[in-house]
Amino acid sequence: MQAAADLINAVPFWLIVLVKSGIVLLVVITTFAYSMLFERKIMAWMQLRPGPNRVGPWGLMQPAADAVKMMFKEDLTPNTADPLIYKLAPFISLITAMGVFAVIPFAEPTGTGFFGAIGDVNAGILFVFALTSIGIYGISLAGWSSGSKFPLLGSVRATAQMISYELSMTLSVIGVLILAGTTSLMGIVHAQDRVWFVIPQILGFIIYVITAVAETNRAPFDLVEAETELVGGFHTEYSGLRFGLFFIAEYLNMITVSCLATLLFLGGWNALFGLTFIPGLIWFLAKAGAFLFFYIWLRTTLPRFRYDRLMDFGWKVLFPAATLNLVLTAVVVAFWPTNG
Amino acid sequence: MRKNLFNVGALFHGFRTTFSYFFYKKPTIEYPSVKKQHAPRFHGLHELRRYGDGKERCIGCELCAIACPANAITVIGAENTPEDRHSPGERYAAKYEIDELRCIFCGLCEEACPTDAIVLTPRFEMADYRRGAFVYAKDRLLVAPDEGVGQAPDERPNGIPSDLGMVSEKKSTVDVATGYDATARGKYLKEHRRGLAG
Amino acid sequence: MIAFWVLALALIASGVFTITASKPVYSVVGLLGNFVVLAILYLTLQAEFLAVIQIVVYSGAILVLFLFVIALLSSGVKPFDEGTNRLPRVLIPALVLGGIALVTIVFSAVRSPSPAQPSITAGSPGALGQTGEAGVFGSVANFGQTLFTTNLLPFEVTALLLMVAVIGVVLLAGDDVPSRLQVRERGTEREPIVKSGEPLTR
Repeated sequence: MQAAADLINAVPFWLIVLVKSGIVLLVVITTFAYSMLFERKIMAWMQLRPGPNRVGPWGLMQPAADAVKMMFKEDLTPNTADPLIYKLAPFISLITAMGVFAVIPFAEPTGTGFFGAIGDVNAGILFVFALTSIGIYGISLAGWSSGSKFPLLGSVRATAQMISYELSMTLSVIGVLILAGTTSLMGIVHAQDRVWFVIPQILGFIIYVITAVAETNRAPFDLVEAETELVGGFHTEYSGLRFGLFFIAEYLNMITVSCLATLLFLGGWNALFGLTFIPGLIWFLAKAGAFLFFYIWLRTTLPRFRYDRLMDFGWKVLFPAATLNLVLTAVVVAFWPTNG
Repeated sequence: MRKNLFNVGALFHGFRTTFSYFFYKKPTIEYPSVKKQHAPRFHGLHELRRYGDGKERCIGCELCAIACPANAITVIGAENTPEDRHSPGERYAAKYEIDELRCIFCGLCEEACPTDAIVLTPRFEMADYRRGAFVYAKDRLLVAPDEGVGQAPDERPNGIPSDLGMVSEKKSTVDVATGYDATARGKYLKEHRRGLAG
Repeated sequence: MIAFWVLALALIASGVFTITASKPVYSVVGLLGNFVVLAILYLTLQAEFLAVIQIVVYSGAILVLFLFVIALLSSGVKPFDEGTNRLPRVLIPALVLGGIALVTIVFSAVRSPSPAQPSITAGSPGALGQTGEAGVFGSVANFGQTLFTTNLLPFEVTALLLMVAVIGVVLLAGDDVPSRLQVRERGTEREPIVKSGEPLTR
C-alpha cells in the first residue's frame, strides 16, 4: 500500500494532469456524441416517433455516422465573410466549452485525486462563468463574420440574450456561494453534505434552470437559431466540420450546465436516502443525466419565446427575482449564521 | 404577458402530455422491414395478361393509349399471321411501352381495355437509378406464359395477387437489365454504367 | 520570469494590434486577447479571483457591449426618439431605492471590521490554497473588504463616472442626423426627450 502511494507520488504532476485531461476529453466527447442521440431519441419518443434506429442496433452507431458525415462535408466560406474571424469563431466556442471541464469535479477525490476534477481551482465557479462569458464571442463573432444578414441577426440576438440572462444566472448562483461560503466547486459540494441547496435555494434553482436554458440557447429560448425566422441563426453559413464544432460546443455547454446544476443545487456526488454504497460518480452522472433529460423534455414541450417577451422576461421577472433571492439569502445568512 | 406568465398549470399540463407520450406505443411502420397490406384495388404497376393457352389478351387496339390522360402508353399494333400468332384476334401489340414516370396510375387504361389485357397490380416499388429503366416494355409487362387464365382474368389459379410480398416474389419483373434495353438511352447507360443498378 | 516576459510581450502585442487593426471587430478580438493575457498574468501572481473577475467583467460584459455596438454601428437607431418620457413616473421609486442602497452601503461600511492587512505571499503554496479566506492577497474576502470599506468612495465615484460616460455616449452618438421628417410622421402624441434636429453640444 505504501509502495503504491510512493509510486503514485513519484509520477510528475504534469503527467497526472495530462492523463486526466485526456480521459476527461475522451469521456466528454463521447458523452457529447451520445447526448445528441439521447436527445434525438427522447424527442422522438415524446413526439410519437421511434427516432434514429437505422445505424447499428437501436441506432446506437448514429453519432459515428454523423461524425463521418460532418467530416466529409465541404467546408464553405462565403465570399462576403471575413475569413480570419470566420475561421476563428468556432474554435473560440469549442475551446471555452471544453475548458470548463477542467474545473468540474465529477466525484469525491480519492487518495490520488484521480476521480476528482482535473484541477480543483478555488475560484472554480467563477472560472466557469469567465469561460462561458468568453464563449459568447464565438457566437457573436461567427454571426458578424459570416457577412450575411441572418447570422448577424442571430448573433446580435445571442449576445443580447446571453448578457441579459448571464446576469440573472450569476445572481442566482451567488445565493449558493453565500450559503457555501466558498467559490470552489469541491467545497460547494462538501457544503451540501446534509441538505442539498435546492431546498434552501429553491427560487435560485428555478431561476438557474431558466437562465441555464437561455444561456445555452436552447428551446424555448433558441431565438438565436430560430429556424422559422433566421434559417439557422449564427451558424447559417457554416458547414462541415466548422459547423460541427459549434454543434459540439452547444452540446458541451448543455452538459456543463447540467453538471453545474448538479454541483450547485443537487448535492453533486452526495448520495440520496443514504444509498452510499453506490459510487459518487454514478450519483453525479445520474443527477446530471436527469437534468439533461429535463432539458430535452423542456424542448419538446414548450414553444419558442417571442424576442421582446424574452427580454421582458429576463429583465423584468428573472432579474428582480434573482436579486430578491440574493438579498433574502444574504439577510438570512447574516442574521441566522449557521455553520452549514 | 403577466397572465400567461403565471399560468403554471398549463405549463405542467404540457409537461405531463409530452411525458405520457414518451411511453406510448409508436405508430410508425418501419417501412422497408415491415410492409403494410394495401387496399385490394390499389393502383400500382401495370401488367399485361394472357389467356389460359398462353396467348396474349392484348389485341393492339390502342384504346388504352387513347384513354391515357398522361400519354404514357405507346402501342404499335401488327397483324397476326398463322405462323406467328400472338393473340386470338387479327392484331396484336408488336410494341407496348408504358412510361411509368408519366403514368398517374389513374386506371383509365384498365377500364378502356376491351379484353382486360392491361391491369394495375398493387406493386409500387419500382425505384431505380436511371430514368430509362422506368419505360416498361412488353418483356416486363407481360406475365409469364404459365400464369394465364381462361376467359376471365380474375379467375387465375392464385387469384389476383394483392399481397405485396407475394407479388414481388412470384413475378419478379424488376429486371433492371432488360429495363435498360427498353430504350436506346437505357441501352447506352447500361453499357456505360459504373457500379450502379447492378 | 520567463512567463512574465512572454506574457508581457503578448500583452503589448495584442494592445498594439487593438489600436492598429484595420477593422473595429479586429480591435475587439485584439482587446479580448489582451484581457485574457492579462488574466493569465494575474494567475501567475496567484491572484485567481482577480484574474477570473477580469475576464468576467471586462471580456464578459464590457467588451461584448462594444462588439454589440460595433455590429450595429450603422443601424441608425435613435435611442431617444421613441417612447414617452417615463422619468417623472419612475423618479420617486428610483430615488427611494437608491437612498436605501446608499444607506445600506454606508452603514455596512461603517459597521464592518477594519480591513485585515493583506499579506502578500505570492508564490507560496499557502496562497494558492486559501483564495477564499481573508488576509490573503487577491482573496474574495479581501476584495470585498477593500472595495466596500477603504476604497468605497473611489469605487462609487467610478461607478457614477462610468454611468455619466454611458449616458454621454448615448447622447453624443444617438442623434447624428436630424430626423424631423420621422417625428412629424409619427404625430405629436409622443414627446421625445431630446428634440430631434436640435444641435447638441459637441
